[in-house]
Amino acid sequence: MENEKYLKDIQDIKQMMSQSTQFISLSGLSGILAGIYALIGAYIVSQLLEQNKYDVVIIEGRTFKLIVLTAFVVLVLSLITSFIMTRQKAKRLGESIWNASSKRLLINFCIPLFTGGIFALLLLRHEVYGLIAPITLIFYGLACLNASKYTLKDVRYLGITEIILGLIAVEFSGYGLYFWVIGFGICHIVYGAVMYFKYDRN
Amino acid sequence: MKTIIQNINKAFDHRIRLGIMSVLMVNESADFNMLKELLGVTDGNLASHTKALETEEYIRIEKQFIGKKPNTRYSATTSGKKAFREHIEALEKLITKT
Repeated sequence: MENEKYLKDIQDIKQMMSQSTQFISLSGLSGILAGIYALIGAYIVSQLLEQNKYDVVIIEGRTFKLIVLTAFVVLVLSLITSFIMTRQKAKRLGESIWNASSKRLLINFCIPLFTGGIFALLLLRHEVYGLIAPITLIFYGLACLNASKYTLKDVRYLGITEIILGLIAVEFSGYGLYFWVIGFGICHIVYGAVMYFKYDRN
Repeated sequence: MKTIIQNINKAFDHRIRLGIMSVLMVNESADFNMLKELLGVTDGNLASHTKALETEEYIRIEKQFIGKKPNTRYSATTSGKKAFREHIEALEKLITKT
């Protein structure tokens, strides 16, 4: 009887420690959807490139603008989807979406992410196109790695995978789109599915 | 057996005080609302338990203003952290003994 009480105490301690530092309402399903958006986006981009095979893609060109627009739409759609689904999951788990752990999660995710984003824009300005795909993957990976301390552990492995992919992509410049498909499309679907089956499906 | 029982700290022998200490062990500090939300307790209840822990000098209470809103922050003292660690060790030993 006494023992059960002490065991319960230890469980409570453990739960409070993780609950107060980790935001666990991250939705796996939204990862899968983000991956699917990325695949659709990549398909649109490949079609755009196919249609304009004989033009050089330049910053001022229409094709380039359409590619950037596609990437932007994919990003915004992914963010909106994950926000809505995470909010739903938080509601179900009785966790507030805007608490100390979610704030910490967001800040620590955004610092490497924005660094990478600005870096990519600067590369664009200096016309170093070959490094844009690897840089975005590496910094996204670092953002995930950094954020993983404050959320589900799987995000850490997603981050490491993205970093490795990014480094490999440096050696294969010209195949940036394929690495994006793997990194932002397939990886998100795989890790999203893992998280969905592990945490969401009950 | 006797020595183990001695390490079971009466100050932590309550679900809410246990919760407060757990949160403050892994967070540099926490404010009133964060603790309230995590523990799911009423204002009065939380206030009395934090007061009890402060009397033991296990936690520090700092009152400050963010803009015009009063904000109370709590953090664990070194002696509080030490006492809590000993409490957990005692709990573990009690469970593994049987």
